[in-house]
Amino acid sequence: MRIKSDAVIRAKTGGVTLFMMMNAIHISADACQNDPGRTARRQVFAPLKRGKKIVSMTESAEELDQRKFSQLLAAVGRDRDVEAFETIFKYYGPKVRAYMAKLARDGQAAEELMQETMLTVWNKAEQFDPTRGNVSSWIFTIARNLRIDAFRREKRPTFDPTDPAFVPDDVPPADMEFETRQEADRLRRAMETLPPEQLELLKMSFYKEASHSTIAAELGLPMGTVKSRIRLAFAKLRAALEERA
Amino acid sequence: MTLHVQHHISDELLLDYATGNLTEGWSIAVATHLALCPTCRDRLSFMEHTGGQLLEAADENETPATSDDSWAAMKAKLSSDGSARVSAAKPVAAPADIPVLPEPLRSYLGGDVEALKWKALGRGAYHIPIKTGDLGSQVRLLKIPAGKPVPEHSHGGRELTLVLKGAFTDGATVFKRGDIEEADETLTHQPVATPDEDCICLAVTDAPLKFKSFLVRLVQPVLGI
Repeated sequence: MRIKSDAVIRAKTGGVTLFMMMNAIHISADACQNDPGRTARRQVFAPLKRGKKIVSMTESAEELDQRKFSQLLAAVGRDRDVEAFETIFKYYGPKVRAYMAKLARDGQAAEELMQETMLTVWNKAEQFDPTRGNVSSWIFTIARNLRIDAFRREKRPTFDPTDPAFVPDDVPPADMEFETRQEADRLRRAMETLPPEQLELLKMSFYKEASHSTIAAELGLPMGTVKSRIRLAFAKLRAALEERA
Repeated sequence: MTLHVQHHISDELLLDYATGNLTEGWSIAVATHLALCPTCRDRLSFMEHTGGQLLEAADENETPATSDDSWAAMKAKLSSDGSARVSAAKPVAAPADIPVLPEPLRSYLGGDVEALKWKALGRGAYHIPIKTGDLGSQVRLLKIPAGKPVPEHSHGGRELTLVLKGAFTDGATVFKRGDIEEADETLTHQPVATPDEDCICLAVTDAPLKFKSFLVRLVQPVLGI
């Protein structure tokens, strides 16, 4: 069983309905609990996997979905679980292909870049850290970096967390995994309420490899307008995240 | 050494970096600031979350689905022996001293400050041009002597200045290690190194600087600044 689109998920807003769908999908919950490498923090979430009532009352459909993919990706990293990877591939593959198609010259090129992205997901699954981000943002960054390689052929300099000059985060993540999922959910809702011109601008930035100066030229807008729309959009999204539910 | 970066990357610039739209030259300054600034890394990760959500919302109908063939092709590439697996990076033992130049900048220069070969720029200032694959920007490391100004200039475009050692003031504002100043054609600014020590900073511009003084402008092509 696989979920076809966000629309389907949203249609089934009842947590219980969705949970039943989830049960139909292979989730190696037992494997998670038996793994001695699990931290105490994650153990806290173990009862949630079995308690339908708790799940349906505290987590939205989207959060459950993200958690499912988080677990599947962990299974890929830990056990090289091909079945888990197939579920991830069939859900994210078409999305990554659509992302690549915005710049690729044809469908075949988009398919190849998608395959390359998903192969990287398979090979790097062990590195996925659910406290750092959710599955969709992790896959997005992999796809983005491959797209830069493919279309710009120049380096994308990045910071190195193992560098002695690197200044680490002030506060160690506490209950970050749970928060990340809730944040993803709040972020999604906030994005739905953005004014269309702001959302359009974000889509252009993320999909069409358009810098804000290119966007300004393409839309015939002054740079100042583009800049202020970007600022307004992120101010609004950030404010939505800072509201504690 | 505790660091409190006060001057951060703008939303527009960080968004360009997050979406993969920022060219290499500018990205060196942004990535080096990110190495020194947990706040901006947090903002970056937020933008990448936004990218993830947009990926979730991608319209899959725009590209013809080839699902069965696609998965078969994928499955054939998966190595189950783990030979292609990429494990999490092992932490490297930290040397006693914290380098002045964080990564990725240090690699571009081939080492930290003590190993650098500075070129005289006149009036006690020095620079080292940094080669990138990006022809649209100029990247250089600058050393401004303590208490001395960078020649007054306006810009043909955008300029990023990231402080790595010492500090400079621009008007009433102080920029210290990790702080980034973003300037554009609307701004004529006058950065002056603070009197206590030489200031080392990374400067990225997208057009040759236009110096106000006629004399400096005359020698500009010769100095390559």
